[in-house]
Parts: sequence; structure tokens; C-alpha cells
Amino acid sequence: MSEITSSDWFRVILGLLIAMGFSQLNALFLVWLERKVAGHIQLRPGPMEVGPHGLLQTIADGIKLMGKELIVPLTADKKLFVLAPVLVFTPVLIGFLVLPFGPNMVIRDINLGVLLIFAFSTFTVLAILAGGWASNNKYALLGAIRSVAQNVAYEIPLLLAVLSVVLMVNSLRFSEIVIWQQNHFWSIFLQPVAGLIYLISATAETNRAPFDIPEAESELVAGFHTEYSGMGFGLFFLAEYTNMFIVSAVATGLFFGGWDGPFGGLGIPGVFWFLFKTYALIFIIMWVRWTFPRVRFDQLMNFSWKVLIPLSLANLVLTAVIVKFVR
Amino acid sequence: MAEQDITQASQRVFSLNLGPQHPSTHGVLRVLLDLDGEYIVKADPVIGYGHRGHEKMGENRQYKQFLPNTSRMDYLSGMLFNHGFVLAVEKLVGIEVPERAKYIRVIASELNRISSHLLWFGTYLLDLGGFTPFLYTFDDREQILDILDSVSGSRLTYSYCRFGGVTSDIDSKFIDMTRAFLKRMESRWTDYDKLVSKNIIFIHRTRGVGVIDRELARQYGVTGPNLRACGVGFDVRRSEPYEVYDRLDFEVPTGSKGDALDRYLVRFSEMQQSCRIIDQALEHLPGGEFIAKKVPQKLAPPKGELYFAFESARGLCAYYLVSDGGPDPYRCHIRVPSFGNLNVLNDVLPGTLVADSISILGSIDVVIPEIDR
Repeated sequence: MSEITSSDWFRVILGLLIAMGFSQLNALFLVWLERKVAGHIQLRPGPMEVGPHGLLQTIADGIKLMGKELIVPLTADKKLFVLAPVLVFTPVLIGFLVLPFGPNMVIRDINLGVLLIFAFSTFTVLAILAGGWASNNKYALLGAIRSVAQNVAYEIPLLLAVLSVVLMVNSLRFSEIVIWQQNHFWSIFLQPVAGLIYLISATAETNRAPFDIPEAESELVAGFHTEYSGMGFGLFFLAEYTNMFIVSAVATGLFFGGWDGPFGGLGIPGVFWFLFKTYALIFIIMWVRWTFPRVRFDQLMNFSWKVLIPLSLANLVLTAVIVKFVR
Repeated sequence: MAEQDITQASQRVFSLNLGPQHPSTHGVLRVLLDLDGEYIVKADPVIGYGHRGHEKMGENRQYKQFLPNTSRMDYLSGMLFNHGFVLAVEKLVGIEVPERAKYIRVIASELNRISSHLLWFGTYLLDLGGFTPFLYTFDDREQILDILDSVSGSRLTYSYCRFGGVTSDIDSKFIDMTRAFLKRMESRWTDYDKLVSKNIIFIHRTRGVGVIDRELARQYGVTGPNLRACGVGFDVRRSEPYEVYDRLDFEVPTGSKGDALDRYLVRFSEMQQSCRIIDQALEHLPGGEFIAKKVPQKLAPPKGELYFAFESARGLCAYYLVSDGGPDPYRCHIRVPSFGNLNVLNDVLPGTLVADSISILGSIDVVIPEIDR
């Protein structure tokens, strides 16, 4: 650890600041995009009033949320209640540290980058549990319990799917995985099953429909954030969209060749390819949300434990055997 | 020892007060749930939050004055309730209705039935977490509201029927709009079939969920699509035909298992059957008067009582009118289908999950203000 110098610290802190700014802007954009996608799928224009095609609508909403009072319920655990929205947002930010946006556009290209992202993204569920528990509300508690069960169930196939790619590439360093794909094929063609399992699990991991049971509004009012108002709710909301960006960016890096563009990139800088692929994946996640009804809690768990986990395990073993013979 | 058991039991089961302010209790229903984890141990629907005293109002005013109230009990099938009341009073007094008026009423009623089912379709999918079908069906429903608005001047509380006919005749514009709507729906049924009926998540959420068998349905007096989903082909339009239903060719769709999927499918085909009825009624629409000429301004039916049943969008609905010979009814009782349909929850909900409780509640399609009146 002795080789960490002050310039490294400077790089990390600056990077985190940029990540903070980027994630806020990104979340604002994604909320707008979600409403537009939803609108067009549902044969209506979506937000149109504030700014051209409603582009500034989410900024107006953000300002409104900041102006609102954060109401802490009388029976709530006050410290935990206030801490939870902060807790939910911090681990998401860490993910930006190791995401390779371009060939040299990564804050810290550490050799355990993939592991770091998943280690920290697990924290999110802790924050959700804290928020749901601290609210002292039955719906919030039910939502929090669901969230924990769901995250435990879906993290396993998610990691097993990622592990298949890692075995194939023989590295946990993000940039190496992307470069390997540049030299061979994108992993999605070599690991289609793992890619599919990853996308399904990532949707569940980010609590997106059709797996949005922790906040299922028709059953649990608003799930774990029922009692949150103002920016407390806003942070949960922003975290959801930032999380969505992270899982899509990780999918881009692991399965869709990262910054690598088809036909040598067509002269477009890698970072644009990376962002394009990430937003395309986000669009697919949104598309799914506005098409399907929600699955039931027990069906969700069954699907993970009985289908996804055995399948991803089999895929992992198969990958290991093939890798052993090829090397 | 016994005391310890009680504390353990009370810790294991916790009660959840679902509603009256809850996104999916459809109006102001409150259900007291006892939960063991996410499983429901006991369910107790509480009603009465939307009581407005419509029955008492009926006794305090003339028959004619009660007409607007009828559309406001079940605000989703206002035309059907209005139609039923007019039929009941006509039978009580003995008014002859012109043929054309009968056909117009049937067309308007069936349009209203489709609009009610479409709204149910959308909100049911909303309960299941699918947001998009809701906006599609509302778009379709909007066409019906426009059509009915063009003749009755109102989008929801129509009050279109009068003793002896209807308030205004339908014109070629109405017929064109209705025909255009029927044509539009032909392709929409296929769309909904692809988007919802064949959706694997939807099928898994509804098949075998909230089964109401024949015996249970009989005990609670469940009627309408919920009863037909158990395989009982009971429809007042078929069993005790009123107006011109006996002259029209339509099927009474039935299910077999009585689960949420069957209820969905029954309502789905019912909308298609209603389209068939409208199509035929438009075909056979006779000319002539749209309202009987000789209807007394002040109705004073002879002494007696009358029970008149008709098929609302939610099931068997009936008016029980008692006349003491005066200008207003001595007693005006309304039998609403939602009451029986809702109370079946007591037996159906225990053992299911919280998520299913919303799904089952949505699938039986209750309108709470209709129960509370």
C-alpha cells in the first residue's frame, strides 16, 4: 500500500467529485428519459412544459424536493432514518471509481475493480433495510424485508454470471477484461447465458420492474420509502437511477466490449461507445418496466433459487472446464 | 405455559390495516389483515366509508327526481343502473316503451358495460404492477365516454334514460362514432391478447389465485363475471331477458376453475360479446319515437311492490320498490352485486400472500360506493 502517493489521493478525490456531479446529472437525465420512454410507450408525450420537450422538468422537480421539509415520523428511529438515504447513495458512488469509461478514462484502474463494485453495491440493501426499519411503518418494514430477501437471492446468480466472464478472461481488472474482448469477441457472444442471467439479476438487484417488489406501489404503498419526504425520498430515487447506470455500465464493460466499437470504432472515441451502450441497456431496462406486470414475491424467489442459480452454476462449471482445456 | 403460547402467537401474527387510504383498494375500502410474514391469516373487509344515503333519498323524493341518483351509486356503470331503475318503474306503473328507445337503451347500456370492463381491465393490470395497459384501455374508454357524452351530455353520470324512453334521439353521428369504435376494438382485442393474456408473468400471477368455487359463490351470493368464471352460466340478460336482449344473439362466456385468470378471461370475452350486441342492435335499429308520448308528468303507481333484476357490469343488480300509492316510493331498496362479491374475500384471502390480496381484490372488481350507497 506504500505506493499510494498524494497525487493518487488527489486523483481519487477529484474523481469522486466528478462522479458525484456526473451521477446527479445522469440521474436527472434518466428520470426525464424514463418519463419520456414511459410516455411514448403509453401513447402520450410525457413531460413537455419545462424546457424543450420537458428537459428541465426533473431539475424543477429536484428543486421542489429540496424545498420540502424532511418529515421524521414521531415513532421513527431518528438517527437511522436520516442516515439511510445518505447510506444508500454513498456505495453507489464508489462504483464510479473503477468504471472504465474509455481506454484511459478510469479513476483508479485497480486489479480488483470488478470485485470492488459488487462488494460496495451490496451496501445498498443495508441502507434500504435501515430506512425501512427506522421508519417504523408496516409497509416500509415489509418492503425492507422483501428487499433483503430479494438482494440475497439475486446477488448469487449475478456474481456467478460475472465469475464466468472473469474465469474466461482470467482477470478482475476492468480494463483488461475490455481489452481481452477487443482482441477476441465480446463476452456476450461467448457467454450468452451468463449475459442474460446478469441482465435479469441486475434488474432485480436495482429493484426495477418486473422485480420492483420492495416498493411495489400497488401493494406496499411505496415500500421502504413510504415515510420519506423531500430530499430523503429524492436520494433514494437518485440512488435507484445511479444504480441502474452502474449495473448497465458494468454490463457494458463485462459483456458488451466496453469502449470497443464495432468495425474499429468508426473513428468515434471509445467513451461515446461506452456511454451509448450503457444508455442502450438502460433503455431496455426501462422498456421492460413499462411492458410487464410485476412478479409475485415467492415466484421471484423461486425463479432465482430454482432456475437462475443452478443455471449460472452449470454455466460456471462449463466455462471452467472449457477454459481448462483451451489454456 | 399457556400464557407464553399466547405471547408467541401474538408476536407471530401482526395486523395490517389495508386502506381506506391505499393506492389499490379501489375507492374507500378498508381490509383488516392479520399477517404471518407475508401470508394472510385472516381478512376482514370494512365498508361504509362512502355512505351517502341514496336509498333514503329515494324514499324522500318522486320517482323522477331519483333518476340522477341512480347513476351515482355505481359510478362506473351509471347507464346500467339508470336503465334498471327506469325499467323497474315502467313495470310498476305500466308504461309502454317504443321499440327504438329499447334499442337505444341497449346500445348505451352495453357501451357502458364495455367502458366499465375496460376500466377494470386497466386498473387490474395496475394492481398487478403493469402500468401501460392502464393507459391503453383508458384511451379506448375515452372513445365510449365521448360517444355517450354526445347523446347524454355527460361522461360518467349519464341519467340518460327517462320513463318511457330516453332524453334524446341518437343521430347518424352517434352511429358513425359507435361503428368506428367497434372497428377500432377489433384490432385492440388482438393487441390486449398479445400484451396481457399471453404474458407469462400475468398468467403466473393469476392462474390458481383466489379461487372462488361454485359452492362458495352460492353461499355469498356472488354474481356476474365472478360467478360465470366458476362455470355457472347465469346472466340476467339471458335468464330473465328484459328489453330486447331475447332478440339479440350473444353468448354468455363462462370459465371453469373460478380463479383470477378465469375472471379476467370471462370479462375479456364479455366485452367482445357486448360489441356483438351493439353491432346487432345498430343493425336492427327501428325508426319511430325515442320516448313514449303519453307518460304522466307526476307518477303515482298503484299500491304494490316490485322486484326487478338486471345485469350490471358487476353482476345481478336489483331494485325493490314498494309503492303506497303516493308520488314517492315507500321503500326503495337496491340489491348491489359488489356486496356479495366483496364479502367472499373473508374466505378467499386467508392463506394467500399480501401481493395476491391486491390481485384478488382487483380481480373481483368491486365498486365500493355501490356497496355503501
